[in-house]
Formats: sequence, structure tokens, C-alpha cells
Amino acid sequence: MTKQERQILLDPLFDNNPIALQVLGICSALAVTTQMATATVMGLAVLFVMAGSNLSVSLIRKHMPANVRIIVELTIIASLVIIADQVLKAYAFDISKQLSVFVGLIITNCIVMGRAEAFAVQNGPRLSVLDGIGNAGGYAIVLLVVAFIRELFGSGSLFGYTLLTPTTQGGWYPTNGMMVLAPAAFLIIGVFIWVLRVWKPAQNEEDFSVGTLFEPGDEEHIR
Amino acid sequence: MQPSARQTLGFVAAVAVVASILVASSAVLLRDRQEFNALLDRRRNVLGVAGLLPSDTTLAPEALNARFERFLRPVVVTLETGQRDTTVDGSLFDQRAATSDPATSRVAPPNRARVARVPDRAMLYHVVQDDSLTALIFPVVGQGLWSTMYGYIALSPDLRTVTGLTFYEHGETAGLGGEISNPQWQARWRGRRAFDETWAPAIMVLKGTAGDAATDPFRVDGIAGATITGRGVQDTIHFWLGPEGFGPYLTHYREEAGIS
Repeated sequence: MTKQERQILLDPLFDNNPIALQVLGICSALAVTTQMATATVMGLAVLFVMAGSNLSVSLIRKHMPANVRIIVELTIIASLVIIADQVLKAYAFDISKQLSVFVGLIITNCIVMGRAEAFAVQNGPRLSVLDGIGNAGGYAIVLLVVAFIRELFGSGSLFGYTLLTPTTQGGWYPTNGMMVLAPAAFLIIGVFIWVLRVWKPAQNEEDFSVGTLFEPGDEEHIR
Repeated sequence: MQPSARQTLGFVAAVAVVASILVASSAVLLRDRQEFNALLDRRRNVLGVAGLLPSDTTLAPEALNARFERFLRPVVVTLETGQRDTTVDGSLFDQRAATSDPATSRVAPPNRARVARVPDRAMLYHVVQDDSLTALIFPVVGQGLWSTMYGYIALSPDLRTVTGLTFYEHGETAGLGGEISNPQWQARWRGRRAFDETWAPAIMVLKGTAGDAATDPFRVDGIAGATITGRGVQDTIHFWLGPEGFGPYLTHYREEAGIS
């Protein structure tokens, strides 16, 4: 694996994370992260779809008419999502029930479409697959971190195995009810982004202030 | 190079054909397994609503089927007359297929649950433990806000109390209407009363919080943010326990059991 390939694969994990830096795919990150099991399966489903869609788009990129590009990409993504959903219904029925509509909603996940548009239409199949796996990996890492915290503190368990016995089951741990609700995922993702930017200060946006848009003395204009 | 319209159309058609072949073959190849899973899930729900399978326990498929066959007796009835139909094998009866087949169903009269078709025959379950009947489980189906909701309601043998309610398939909004499949909400139904003194379905889904089952037996907490789903649940139960659903059967059952 060359340096470029390694960079394409590993960059999206932390340096250019689709959720933390590009803030895409938040909807499903809120919805499927109450448990590690659902987050893991969702991560794998997105991995399958992204690797597949990037590969397919890359393979046909030289023949694809530019004016129908988006709809062709969408057809490919939608087909892969349906296949992933069918497989889950056959082999992981309980989890597929819990994921309900969110597997289907991978179609609308901006990360998948974004990588097909931004990367796969311009690069070869090998690099495109690596890019798909890398970005899905970055998505999955955030999902797993959020789910780890939410399941551990919200239900006292990980992957369904009870670690902190909740008071409702006669244990000592009073579960944190907020962790099972969607706002907790927002908070955890926020903290995740914060920690990531302390670790990698290059991700901070340039300071943005009104002063850069309006010169002093322009107050009249602002009003 | 700007491709011609013909090339573009050809390309799109080729993509569509390949995509549809892949999607169709995945659906066909996996159908058996999916149906097996769906059947198992329905049985798990029936056992759960019968109180024979706590929601946090998991059973291997064989054990689950064994428990199902041990305690549950399918009872096929002709809805209009309420008479039991012993010519139909309950273990093979598919109520959903019977409902969509015009030969074995009819158009439902206008109803609040927006049930479109009623099957001629429907199947309930008797729960039998140690040779005595411990509950009756009725299938219910009706419209919520977005989707058709499929579930079961369990009544005690004297028909006075609801012993369980579950929905195993629906497409309501996850986190709002989708909470109808949350065991904690379903547990609130236990011990409530389904019928009033005249044996008309009387249980209501409230907008807000109901009292406990002893002091406020005819009302159940609604789900915040899911008023229409809750109303759909109420209307669905009223339909299936009412005269267009299992009403005639329930009348027979009461007469035979001497319940007044």
C-alpha cells in the first residue's frame, strides 16, 4: 500500500472525519446510537454501501454522461442500500427491526453521495474503494464512540451485556435517562468534535467575526 | 465529449437493468429466511403478549417454537357468525393472505381504524396452561399516522382485563409513534379494562397521563408527540373487539363461559 493509499484510507478516520469535520450524517448518528449493537451494524451497512457505491461509480465514471451523473449515482446507492436492508432482514432480523427506517435512510446520507461525487467520479476503482472504506470507517468510529457512552451510562451495558447493574434490575447504578434520548448524542458528538480539535488544532475554522465582514463605521449600514 | 441523447438513455437503461436485477435477486434469494424470521418474530410477540416470554429474554428458534406449540392453541373463527371453524388448520392459516384475497374477504364498512378489508375467517389464540385457559389473544390491524400497524391484544379468560398488548410491525415514526412497540408503553395496558358494562369496547388512549389501572381502568397514557398514532391504536382495538371484528365470537364465548 502506497503512502497515498494509506492516506486516503486513514485520513477520514480522524483528520478529515465526515461527521466531526464535515458534519454530515448526523441524523442517523443520533438515531442508532443508543446501543453498541445497532451502531456496529449500521456502521457495517454504511461501509458496505460506500465501498460498493464508490467502486461502481468509479468503474463506470468514464462512460457516465455528466448530465445524468447524480441520478445514476443515486440509483446505484439506493440499490446497494436495499440489498443491505434485505440481508439484514434475513440474517440480523432483531437489529434490522431496531434500525427500522434508518437503514433505508442511508440512501439520503450525504456522506455516501458526497464521496461518490467528490472522489469516485475522478479516481480509479482501487483508490475509490479505499476512500469509501475510510469515510465509512470515520462515520462508524463516531457512531461507536457515541453508542459506547450512551449504552454504558444510559443502560449500564455494552452490546447488551450488563456491566453496571441498573437500580431497576435490583442493582446499584441509577441509569442516566438523558443518555437514551437523542439530545445526548448531540452533546457527545459536540464533545467529540471539541476533543478532536484540541488534539488536531488544524481543524479549527478561522476566526469568524462580524468585524471581518463589516468595517467599523458601517453600523449605519448594518441597521 | 458530450454524449448524444441516445447514448445517455442507453446508459441510464443499462444501469437501471443491472440495479433491478441485483435488487430483485437479493429479495428473491433471501425471502425464505426473511419469512422464517418474520414468523418467529410474530410468535415471539404472541408469547410475549401472553406473558410467557419476558421482553428481555431471548430463546433459540427451536425453544421458542416448542414453547409456542406447548401453550398456544390457534382458534379459527368465522367472524360474521362468531362460530369456530374447525375445518381450517390454524397452524397453516395465513390471515394476511386471507384478508387480501377477494375470495376469502370482503370490503370493510367505513370505520375509524381505516381497516380496508375484513377476512371471512380470522384466527385468535387460546393460551392454555395446565389444561386451563389463561388468556385469549386477538390479532389487531389498523392504520396509525403513516402506516398499517399489526399487533396482538391479550384478554383475561373473563374478558374483563387486558393482560397485554403488542405491535410487531408498523412504520410509525421511530421515537414517536414507533414507541407503540416499546415494552414500557405496552406494559401500561396491563390490568386495564377493554369493555364497559354493555360489553362495548371502551378502552381509550388518552392525550396525557392516565391514573393507575385500579382507579382509572378505561384509559391508557398516550405517547407524547404521537396523538394520531395513539388514536389509531384505540380505533384499531375498538374495531377488532367490536361487532365488525371478533364481537360475535366474544358474545358466543361469554354465553358459553357464563360471563354476564
